[in-house]
Amino acid sequence: MRETVIDAHNLSKIYDEKTIPVYALNKVHLHISRGEFTAIKGPSGSGKTTLLNMIGGLDIPSEGFVEINGTNITNLKGNELIDFRLNNIGFVFQSYNLIPVLTAKENIEFIMLLQKRPKKETDQRVLELLKQIGLEDKVNKRPRELSGGQQQRVAVARALAPKPQFILADEPTANLDSVSAEKLLDMMLKLNQEENMTFVFSTHDERVINRARRVITLEDGKIVSDTAPTPVTQEQTETK
Amino acid sequence: MILKLIWRNLWRNSRRTLITVASIAFAVLFAILMKSFQNGVFKNLIKNVVGYYSGYVQIHQKGYWDEQVLDNSFVVESSLIPQLQQNANIKVIVPRLETFVLASKGNTSKGCLLVGTDPVNENKLTHLKDKLIKGSYFENNEEAVLLAEGMAKRLEVSVNDTIVLFGQGFHGVMAAGKYKIKGIIHLAAPAMNDSFVYLPLGATQYFLGAENRLTSISLGIDDSKNTNAIAKKVKSRIGQKYEVMPWQELMPEISNHIKADSFSFYVFSGILYIIIGFGLFGTVLMMTAERKYEFGMLIAIGMKKSKLELVLLGETLFITLFGVILGIVLSLPLVIYLKENPIRFGGQMAKAYEQFGFEALFPTDFDPNIFITQSLIVLAMAVLIGLYPLWHVSGLDPVKTMKK
Repeated sequence: MRETVIDAHNLSKIYDEKTIPVYALNKVHLHISRGEFTAIKGPSGSGKTTLLNMIGGLDIPSEGFVEINGTNITNLKGNELIDFRLNNIGFVFQSYNLIPVLTAKENIEFIMLLQKRPKKETDQRVLELLKQIGLEDKVNKRPRELSGGQQQRVAVARALAPKPQFILADEPTANLDSVSAEKLLDMMLKLNQEENMTFVFSTHDERVINRARRVITLEDGKIVSDTAPTPVTQEQTETK
Repeated sequence: MILKLIWRNLWRNSRRTLITVASIAFAVLFAILMKSFQNGVFKNLIKNVVGYYSGYVQIHQKGYWDEQVLDNSFVVESSLIPQLQQNANIKVIVPRLETFVLASKGNTSKGCLLVGTDPVNENKLTHLKDKLIKGSYFENNEEAVLLAEGMAKRLEVSVNDTIVLFGQGFHGVMAAGKYKIKGIIHLAAPAMNDSFVYLPLGATQYFLGAENRLTSISLGIDDSKNTNAIAKKVKSRIGQKYEVMPWQELMPEISNHIKADSFSFYVFSGILYIIIGFGLFGTVLMMTAERKYEFGMLIAIGMKKSKLELVLLGETLFITLFGVILGIVLSLPLVIYLKENPIRFGGQMAKAYEQFGFEALFPTDFDPNIFITQSLIVLAMAVLIGLYPLWHVSGLDPVKTMKK
């Protein structure tokens, strides 16, 4: 049996609780195992980002709780929660979100410095990641000197740097052209296979959905379909 | 990494940073110049007023200041002058015996203030010799007077003429004497110029039948800012028998003028700092508002709020520190130059000043305390303003902040 990384129990997020309750999420149960490559899809307002925020410990559920590797993160507060996120969850956002004043290398090592990792280990890991994302020659480039696709690859490397339990990616391909999007997906699938890294995406993008091994569909805050994880196919790993 | 972030964030918008640094630098420059000018002018004013006659501190018999008569004079105890001489801050000691008498020449008699003094020390305190316009300076053990110019005109006398002084001496004895005019002096203050007669102390004591008696001892000191401390020290040393008065008590109108002017400085510098404070706050506000999304992202990926707050406070402090250092660097040579080469008014303005016994001179005062105080005020203001982004970050919710 595969190890469960994310376990969401009965998650609800209700807005305007005092007047007419609006359910952004409505009693969602979700279990994600290590090594999954999961896409959460659904129309705008279906609750994808809200679900991702709760799994990532960025938002507090109105009801239910989230366990990451057996730790109930809903009970964590303040710095405890920030530390948990730092050490366990990698984030990739839609609009790259690199620190504009730091170079590609510094952006990746930033998160390891927050973890107070030894310099030698940090340098080694950063170089390794830059190699994995194919940007060894862009080490000293600042985000504005990189293309959107390159920036997003650096963002993935930054998310991977602290060796998290899983990576949450909120519409990672939304701002990318098709070539860059495919390259990014290839890279993430490779990391998923080679390092058994768990990826959870929220997305509208068919390119991501097509290559995911599990697709969860949300509508009106509820899971309406959940395709079972499938083994990786040759087609999924190849660049289209 | 924190320092690297602070430094690079400062130069994200280099033009804005430079404008802010420049505005802080000019505020510091103006505040330092204003305060240095004010202190310099006050010091000069005090030096002028105090150095004209009164001295920085005066010692009298208790009660003399309220009733300035010879009967309230005191006998100089042998230990008094040595005790004063022991104080290293006291540079000149001028013993005086003063009283109002009549001065006559022929049929003309005029009231005058007779000042019996030690010519050498009097010159050290009031530079009396420099005020001589005719004749020569008097000496101890001489029976000759220096007459103020206005007084000489009123009596229609000149150098080498003889005048008669008569009046009431100590314990009501009749005092009368003939004295040769050795010199005519010009005193800038009209009231003094019309009434002052200087006679050596020994001759005055003999004339008034007040052997070994004084009405006052005037003290010249090393620095005007030590006046009150020296007065206090002298008071505790020489005992309750005497009244020891700093110049602020001798001339309360000058002291009040300085206080009122100092208050206006605080108002002006307060306004200046408020303007600069708003400028700096504007920069901080913009820096905070335009990076809201980034702050949310940093907290989301695992940066503690306290670390982020440290970065933001560091940015405000660095900008301010650069401004303060630049302000000091700019003001330092200016203050030193204007101290050595004070602004000097000429023409009618100079005459108007001189009429009141003041030099028409506007020097600066080079006092490191001014630099330190003004810099600390600006830094304190920056810390206060730097609290805004801290407050903003402390309540920041990454989800809300990152919603576009």
